[in-house]
Amino acid sequence: MTVTSNSGPGSDLEMATDLITVVIDGVEMQVPKGTLVIRAAEQLGIEVPRFCDHPLLDPVAACRACLIEVEGMPKPQPACAQVLNDGMNVKTQYASEVARLAQEGVMEFLLLNHPLDCPVCDKGGECPLQNQAMSAGRPETRFDGEKREFDKPINVSAQILLDRERCVSCARCTRFAEQIAGDPMIELLERGAQQQVGTADDEPFDSYFSGNTVQICPVGALTSASYRFRSRPFDLVSVPTTCEHCASGCSLRTDYRRGVVTRRLAWDDPEVNEEWNCDKGRFAFTYQRNGRVEHPMIRENGELRVASWPEAIDAAARGLAAARGQVGVLVGGRSTVEDAYAYARFARTALASDDIDFRVRETADEETAFLAARVAGSPVAASYDSLETAPAVLLVALEPEDESPIVFLRLRKAARSGTKVVSVGAVATTGLAKMSGTLVPARPGGEAAVLRALDDDTRALLSQPGSVIMVGERAAGAQGTLSAVAELADATGATLAWVPRRAGERSALDAGALAGLLPGGRPIEDPQAREQVAAAWGIPASDLPAVNGRSGDAILRAARDGELSALVVGGVELVDYADPTLAEEAIDNAGFVVSLENHHSAVTERADVVLPVAVVTEKAGTFLNWEGRPRPFGQVFRDALTMGDAKVLSMIAAAMEIPLPGDVRVLRAELGALGPWAGNRFQAPTTPSGAASEGTVLASWRLLLDSGLMQEDEPHLAATARPTVAMVSATTAAALGETVTVTGPAGSVTLPVQVADMSDDAVWVPMNSPGCHIHTDLGVTPGASVRLTAGGAA
Amino acid sequence: MTLTPVITEHWDDPELFTLAGYRRHGGYTALASALKQDPDAIIGTVKDSGLRGRGGAGFPTGLKWSFVPQNDGKPHYLVVNADESEPGACKDIPIMIANPHALIEGVIITSFAIRANHAFIYIRGEVPEAIRRVANAVREAREAGLIGTDIMGTGFDLDIVVHSGAGAYICGEETALLNSLEGLRGQPRLKPPFPAVAGLYASPTVINNVETICNIPYIVGRGVDWFRQFGTEKSPGFKVFAVSGHVNRPGIYEAPLGITMRELLDYAGGMIDDRPVKFWLPGGSSVPMLTAEHLDTPMTYEAMAEAGTMLGTGTPMIFNDTVSVVKAVTRWLEFYKHESCGKCTPCREGTYWITGTLERFQEGHGSDREMETLTDLCGQIMGRSFCALGDAAATPYPAAMKYFRDEFAAATSTPVDDSFDPAASYVFSGAAAR
Repeated sequence: MTVTSNSGPGSDLEMATDLITVVIDGVEMQVPKGTLVIRAAEQLGIEVPRFCDHPLLDPVAACRACLIEVEGMPKPQPACAQVLNDGMNVKTQYASEVARLAQEGVMEFLLLNHPLDCPVCDKGGECPLQNQAMSAGRPETRFDGEKREFDKPINVSAQILLDRERCVSCARCTRFAEQIAGDPMIELLERGAQQQVGTADDEPFDSYFSGNTVQICPVGALTSASYRFRSRPFDLVSVPTTCEHCASGCSLRTDYRRGVVTRRLAWDDPEVNEEWNCDKGRFAFTYQRNGRVEHPMIRENGELRVASWPEAIDAAARGLAAARGQVGVLVGGRSTVEDAYAYARFARTALASDDIDFRVRETADEETAFLAARVAGSPVAASYDSLETAPAVLLVALEPEDESPIVFLRLRKAARSGTKVVSVGAVATTGLAKMSGTLVPARPGGEAAVLRALDDDTRALLSQPGSVIMVGERAAGAQGTLSAVAELADATGATLAWVPRRAGERSALDAGALAGLLPGGRPIEDPQAREQVAAAWGIPASDLPAVNGRSGDAILRAARDGELSALVVGGVELVDYADPTLAEEAIDNAGFVVSLENHHSAVTERADVVLPVAVVTEKAGTFLNWEGRPRPFGQVFRDALTMGDAKVLSMIAAAMEIPLPGDVRVLRAELGALGPWAGNRFQAPTTPSGAASEGTVLASWRLLLDSGLMQEDEPHLAATARPTVAMVSATTAAALGETVTVTGPAGSVTLPVQVADMSDDAVWVPMNSPGCHIHTDLGVTPGASVRLTAGGAA
Repeated sequence: MTLTPVITEHWDDPELFTLAGYRRHGGYTALASALKQDPDAIIGTVKDSGLRGRGGAGFPTGLKWSFVPQNDGKPHYLVVNADESEPGACKDIPIMIANPHALIEGVIITSFAIRANHAFIYIRGEVPEAIRRVANAVREAREAGLIGTDIMGTGFDLDIVVHSGAGAYICGEETALLNSLEGLRGQPRLKPPFPAVAGLYASPTVINNVETICNIPYIVGRGVDWFRQFGTEKSPGFKVFAVSGHVNRPGIYEAPLGITMRELLDYAGGMIDDRPVKFWLPGGSSVPMLTAEHLDTPMTYEAMAEAGTMLGTGTPMIFNDTVSVVKAVTRWLEFYKHESCGKCTPCREGTYWITGTLERFQEGHGSDREMETLTDLCGQIMGRSFCALGDAAATPYPAAMKYFRDEFAAATSTPVDDSFDPAASYVFSGAAAR
C-alpha cells in the first residue's frame, strides 16, 4: 500500500505554506492544512488498518477499519476521512484502547462473511485482509453461524472475475471505475450483506483500465482470467520494469516464476503513472514467449536454414560490408535508447550511411523537420505534472485514451479539477467526453487549416501560462499540421509536446536513429555537432556521412528501386507501414537484408540473415516516454541466452572491424556523456496547410486493444476490446442503416454502423482491428477519400 | 394534561385535505403574513420558538435553518423528509393524508425563509394514499397561485416536487435521501460537508420532517409565546403522538410535550384486557425500551434522555406481558438487517450476525456465551457505524438485556414460543387467545 500522491493532501510538505500543528500518539508534528489523519499517521510510521482508503480515491469511510480516537469527539472517527485541524490530538490503536477495540471489532465483522479459502485464493500471501486480520484482529473467531454465499465466480468482463463472497464492500473498484477511469460500468448492487459489485445486464466492465481494480482490491474478490490460479505470490520473483507498449512510460512490476512471466502490475510512480496502468500494459505479455525466432538463420539456395552465431554474424558482416554506403537502416518504433543508439552509430560508422528511420507508420519530411526542430534532444518540457496544472490542453491528432492511456488518465484527473481540454479532430469521442473536453471539428487531412484559423477564445485559453499543446504521431499524415502546431505554440507560448504511440519512438529520435540527426538531436550537417559525435565515437568527423540521408518512405523507395543495395531491419512489421506493398517490394528488391527480430515476421521470411534478439524481459535498457523522461528498466531474466540488438550489432561491427560497444551500460554512459545538443537547431517547418480530400474522408487511429502483434495469445484481453465498428454522423447513419461497406483502392470492409458526433462527410474506422486493417484491406491512410455504401454490398 | 389538537384540530372535517377545506379553518393565513416579513425574521421566530425536529433527533429547527449560507450565489433547497418508515412510527403519513395543506403551507413559508425556490417532498413509496393527497394539494396550491411564480404578488417563486421513494428505510437518513432524490443509490453521504452547506445537487439544503414543517404555519401565525405555552423550556410545543400496541384505542393523540405515557395510555383507552404494561418504546424501534416504572416520565426530549432513552419520533409502542422480549428484539433486528444499506461494515455485518444469533435464541438454542457476545457486538456497532441506522440496530438488545436478562437466559434452553404463546399477544378481534 502506498502513501504518496504528488498532488493530493499530505504531500509536498516543503511547498506547503499553511502548516498546522497536531499531535498523533503523543508526537507533535506539523502537517499542511487539510491533511487526513491516516496520511499524517503514515508519515510517523503508524499504519492504521484500512480497506476502503486509497490515496488516489476520494475518501468514503465505509469500511470503518481505520477508526481512531480524536480528543474531544465522543465517537471514534475514521482516520481516512478525518481532516486534521490545528491543535488536534489524535490517538491511534497504539495509544487508545477505544481505537484498538473499535478496529478489532470491525476486523471481526469483516471476517464474518469472508470465506476461509485463503489457501486457494489468488490474494493469499499478499492480502491486506489477511495481513490486517493478523495485525488488528482477534486471535479467534466467535462467529459460528452460516456465512452468506454467492455463485462464484462471475465474469464482470471477459478478463475480470468476481468472487462476491470475498468482497468486503470497500468500493475501491467502483470508485476507481467512476473517479479515475471514467468508466462507471461496475457498481454496488443490493443492500446489507447481499451488497455486491455488479454490472448492468449485457454491459460488461470493458474498461481499458479494468485490471487496476484487481490490483487495488484489498481481498481476492477481483481476479483476472489470465492470472487466476496461476501461482502464489510468495513463489514469484518481482522485478521493477517499464512498460514497452506505448509512450506513456508506465512503471511496472513484472512477476515471474520458473522463467515465465505470470503477471504484471502497475508500479507506483507518482510522476508518471501514479499507481495505474492500462490493460494492455498489464495483460499483453504472452507475446514474449510465443512465436520467437530461436536461432540465427541464413538464406542458402533461396531457403532459410539455421546457422551458428559465428556463421550468421560473418554472413551479415560480409553482406553489409559489400554494400557499405548503400545500406538503409529501419529501426522500428520499439527499441530502447541504448539499442537505437547502437543502430544510429552502426549506421553512421559500420555502414557509412545516414539512411535511417525508426518510424514504421505514415511519415513525411515535414515531420522529420518538426522532430529535428522541436523534439529531438529536448529536455522534459511538458510533463504529467504540468498537464495536471495546465489551464488548458489542446489535443491535435491524438486520442489519448487509445494512443497514450496514462496521458488520458492524467488529463481526466486534470479536467476534474478544472483543466480545459480541447481536441482538434474528426470525432467527439467518448474519451473526450470523459475528459470533459470540447471538439474543434477538423476534416481528416484538413487539421492544419483549422489550427491556423483557430478562434480567439481557444487561442486565449492556450495563451494562459502553463497551457500545453499535445500533438500525436498521426499529425505527420496531414500536411501542414505539425507546422501549424509549432506556429500555434510560438504564438501562444503554450508548451509543445509530441506524443508518439510506440514506446521506442522518442528513444530512437533522441538516440539519433533518424536521418539527419545524430544523437541528442545534433544536426548531421552541423560541423560542431559532427565534431562532438566523432570525438565520442573515436573517429574523424570526415568519416561521418556528410549530408542528410533518406528517411521514411524514401528509404523504402530507394531499396525498391535499387538505389540501396542492403537493409538492416530491426523490429519492423511491414503491414504497419502506410504502404505495406511498397515495404514488401523494398525488402524483396534490396539485395541483402539483415533482420534483427524476436518474432517470425514478413521481414524474417524475406531476409538473408536473421538474427534473434532479446525481448524486454531479457535485456536491460531505457525508454524515453513522451515527456522525454528516461524510463530505465533492468533485466528480468538474468540468465537469458538471447542478446539485445546492441550486442548483436556490436558483433557484426566487430566482424567488420569497426568498434561498437555492445554493453548497455557502456552505450548508456557514452550517450549520457554526449548529452543533448545545445547548438543551433533546425527551423520548424512552415509547410502550407493541406487540402482535405473530396467526398467522404476517412478518420482512423489504432484502438488501444486491436490486432497489434504484441497482444497475441491473450484472448481474455482481446475479448474486452472495443468492437470493430464504423462511426458516422447520425445523418449519414440514417442513410446507411445498420451496416456500412467502406471501400478504398485496395478493397472493402463491411462493418456495423455506430453513430458519433462527427461531420456528415467523414467516416471513422479502426486502423488495425479484427476485420478492419486500413493499410491492407482498404489501401488507404487517414484523410483519404473512401466510398460508403449501405449494407454489405460493396 | 389535556390534549391540544393543533395540526390534528380539524381532522373530523372530511374535506380538510382539500384547499377549500383547509382554508375554511384558517389555512394559508399564516402564509400571507409570513410573505410580508423579512425572511430572517421568520428564521428568528422559529429559533425563538425553540421548535425541535420531530423526525427523531430533536435538532433545533431554527438553528438548522440558520446554517444555510445566505447570498452565496447558489440555489437553496428545502427537502421534506416524508419517508416515514420507522417501525412503530405512524404520524407523518396520517398528517399527509388528513391535512396535506398544512405541510404545503409550511413548505412555502420555510422555503421563503431559507430563500429556496425549489422544494422537494420525499414520500415513502409504499403509501400511495399519502402521495396522492400531497400531490393533489400541490396541484391545488399551484392552481390557486400559492406556489409558482410571484406568489401573492411578493416576487417570491417556488415550485414543489413530490417524489416517491422506492421502499428503503435508509432513505429516511437525510443524506441517503438526498442521494436517492438525485437518482443515486440510497446510501448515506460522508459528512462534512453537511447538507446545509452542500446538500442536494451540492447546494445548501434544509431537510426537515413532515411534522416539523407542519408546525411552522402555526408558529408563524400564532406567535412564539403561543407556541411556548405548551411543553417545557427545552421541549417547547406540542407533539403528534401516535400510540400503538396493546391499547384499546391506538391512534393519534396530539398533546403538549411533557405529557406522560400514563396519561397517553388513558387517552388510548388503557391496556387491552387491563393486562400490565411490560415494556414500551417512546418513539420507534430505534430508541431504547422502557418499562412500567417509566410511565410517569414526562415525554420530553430531556426527560427521556435522562431515563436512558430518546423521545425519537414520539410514537409510543406499548407491549403487555404476553410478549416475548426476545421475539420483539429479534423482529426489530430482522428489520435492521433487511434495511441495512451495506455501506459500512459494522452495520452490514453486525446486523447479519446479531440477527442470526437472536433467531437461534428464539428457537431456544442460545447460550450464555452468546449473550455476552451479543452485548459486545452491539458495542462494536454503536458509535462505529457510518450513520444512525447502525446505532439504531445496536439499541434494542442492550436495552432489553437491561430489564429482561432472564428472558434471554431462558431462551438458551426453551423456545420463546413455549414460554410465550404467540396467539396470546394478537390484538386483532377474534384472535384465538382472546
